[in-house]
Amino acid sequence: MVGVTNHTRSTFRAGQALGLLVSLAALAFVCALGIWFGSKDIPFASTWDVLWHNDGSRDAVIIHTVRIPRTLLGLLVGAALAMAGALMQALTRNPLAEPGLLGVGAGGAAAVVAAIGFFGISGVSGYVWFAFAGSGIAAVLVYMLGSSGRSGATPDRLIMAGAAVSAVLYALIYAVLLLDPITFNEFRFWNVGSFTGRDMDIIPPLLPFFLIGIVLTLALARPLNAIALGDQTATALGAHIGRTRVLGIIAVTLLCGAATAAIGPVTFVGLAVPYMVRLITGPDQRWVLPYSMIFGPILLIGSDVLGRVINEPQELQVGIVTAFVGAPVFIWLCRRRRVTKL
Amino acid sequence: MSVSTAVRGRPLRIGQGRLSIRLDIRATVTCVVMLATVVGLAVFSMTTGDYPLSASEVVATILGAGPPGAEFIVLELRLPRLLAAILVGGAFGVSGAIMQRLTDNPLGSPDIIGFTMGAATGALSVIVLTGGGMLAVAGGALAGGIVTSVLIYLLAFKQGVQGFRLVLIGIGMSAMLYAANQFLITHASLRDAIAAAAWQVGGLNGRGWEHVEPLAWAMLALLPFAVFFSHRLAILQMGDDAAKALGVRVESTRFVLIMVSVALAAIGTAVAGPIAFVALASPQIARRVTGSPYPGPISAGLMGALLLLASDLTVQHAISDTQLPVGIATGAIGGLYLAWLLAREFRRR
Repeated sequence: MVGVTNHTRSTFRAGQALGLLVSLAALAFVCALGIWFGSKDIPFASTWDVLWHNDGSRDAVIIHTVRIPRTLLGLLVGAALAMAGALMQALTRNPLAEPGLLGVGAGGAAAVVAAIGFFGISGVSGYVWFAFAGSGIAAVLVYMLGSSGRSGATPDRLIMAGAAVSAVLYALIYAVLLLDPITFNEFRFWNVGSFTGRDMDIIPPLLPFFLIGIVLTLALARPLNAIALGDQTATALGAHIGRTRVLGIIAVTLLCGAATAAIGPVTFVGLAVPYMVRLITGPDQRWVLPYSMIFGPILLIGSDVLGRVINEPQELQVGIVTAFVGAPVFIWLCRRRRVTKL
Repeated sequence: MSVSTAVRGRPLRIGQGRLSIRLDIRATVTCVVMLATVVGLAVFSMTTGDYPLSASEVVATILGAGPPGAEFIVLELRLPRLLAAILVGGAFGVSGAIMQRLTDNPLGSPDIIGFTMGAATGALSVIVLTGGGMLAVAGGALAGGIVTSVLIYLLAFKQGVQGFRLVLIGIGMSAMLYAANQFLITHASLRDAIAAAAWQVGGLNGRGWEHVEPLAWAMLALLPFAVFFSHRLAILQMGDDAAKALGVRVESTRFVLIMVSVALAAIGTAVAGPIAFVALASPQIARRVTGSPYPGPISAGLMGALLLLASDLTVQHAISDTQLPVGIATGAIGGLYLAWLLAREFRRR
């Protein structure tokens, strides 16, 4: 009997690992598309050439200063959003949770509105640190509100605290925007979520935040599995619930804050990718998190490529394309599969 | 998480128990207090403004014997706006209470699961693509909301509609519609984009009888269903099998409740835009002030009306030189109040 279960379990693991490899290959393919495709047609052979030898030609400039940074940013942001979503859903034990619930999106947006309206900053690279700081402050506020009292931050309280803080922030944001059309005009293009105008310069300063967030998230997989069993069982199993929650929220804030700072708010990736991943992997976070890390960028970079070619020479913002690519798949999966609660 | 909390209050029997209802004393008292507050705010809103009137003058005007010049202000400006605020707030509150309980999720408000997003897409299309007037926008919102909700229901239908699948499909649809709205806003002229953003925040500026009348009829038709069928929500929450064993026709009950919730949200949105946060917060606030774990449609509806009325008074009087839409105040007031309630509740436990 034991032998049989061990056997099926190892087959399952082998299947999961194989799936992970296939997805990695798919990700590599999408990245290649991201470098190859764009509004300027560059043949694959010369793309390949200038990729390794930056000869200073126009094609080389396009590939090295536009397409490679975008693809790298897509990798980081996609992974960050999907992992933050998975983490958030596990922490709150609510499959509808998305990282924005912590107030991260509203905080970032409020800070960007302040940057445009009160400090007169324009241009996406100027918003980066405002968005990042705003996200962080909002998340701390939500956590403080959600965790006051003796029993600490339970999932329901965090969700309600996040909803309350976000509502107040959005009220302030729209009060400013409706009274100040010039700020609104800048903000509406930031608020869609887009890679446009993001270049190599913003990657190095944000990279540490992405990396720390990703490592921290992966390290939390085991305690998150324990938390899924409910607080009491998790405590009985020896998991540190409070510590896991605090670390998890720090990770969500780092990942999501950096992602919002980099390309603006893109909500659908964080919500849908972990959900779709769980349909493949089941609830084990040790698989959910790595799969999310790969599927997030596939969706984001794939959507970006599509947005570049679908409406040439104009491009469609990645935040819009992501929803139109991801949502039908999401709906189809929800119809086909048994609906799982966390 | 819910079964043990389904029944509260003391039974009230009339005629040797042939007719009996459960009466939750605290909830009833709270509802009466909320109703009184709504009436008080209504009197305040009718009597104050750039043209102050006494309460008796207002009543006389409504009866057709008021001071000269008051008729237009009372009957054409203040009264429709007051009624619109109460009815829209009530519609959102009831709609949110039903949907949150049906999906057993505090996030399951019509805001989040796509019904209002569909209405927004309809309205934004009218604003951006045709530049239509206020009634055309309301029509667009109604059409968008209905088409979206039918689509979501059909997509979620698979040997019956499971509440959770409905929410998920709604989320998928609303993500797409949100993207479509963003597309419209980024591709519109700045003027249209601001109009679209203001509509999305939700407001009551300039709402007249042509808005109030259909809204009132719809509420009159829908509220009895909401109140009657809400009693079965407690049984539905025990799970489909248990509910069937207890003699509830699960599928048809759920269908009616979903339709009532959607219709209320759709008509409210058509009139005032998807006013932020009312449908989500009203049941949550009502739950905390009535002390019952699942607020009924009446307490949630009253809370919604109260929230929207107070917010509308705030935007009219506190910041009177600008015509900010009321959705900004509902977000700020509702959010702060919910935060305060949460903080208080958290400290106690």
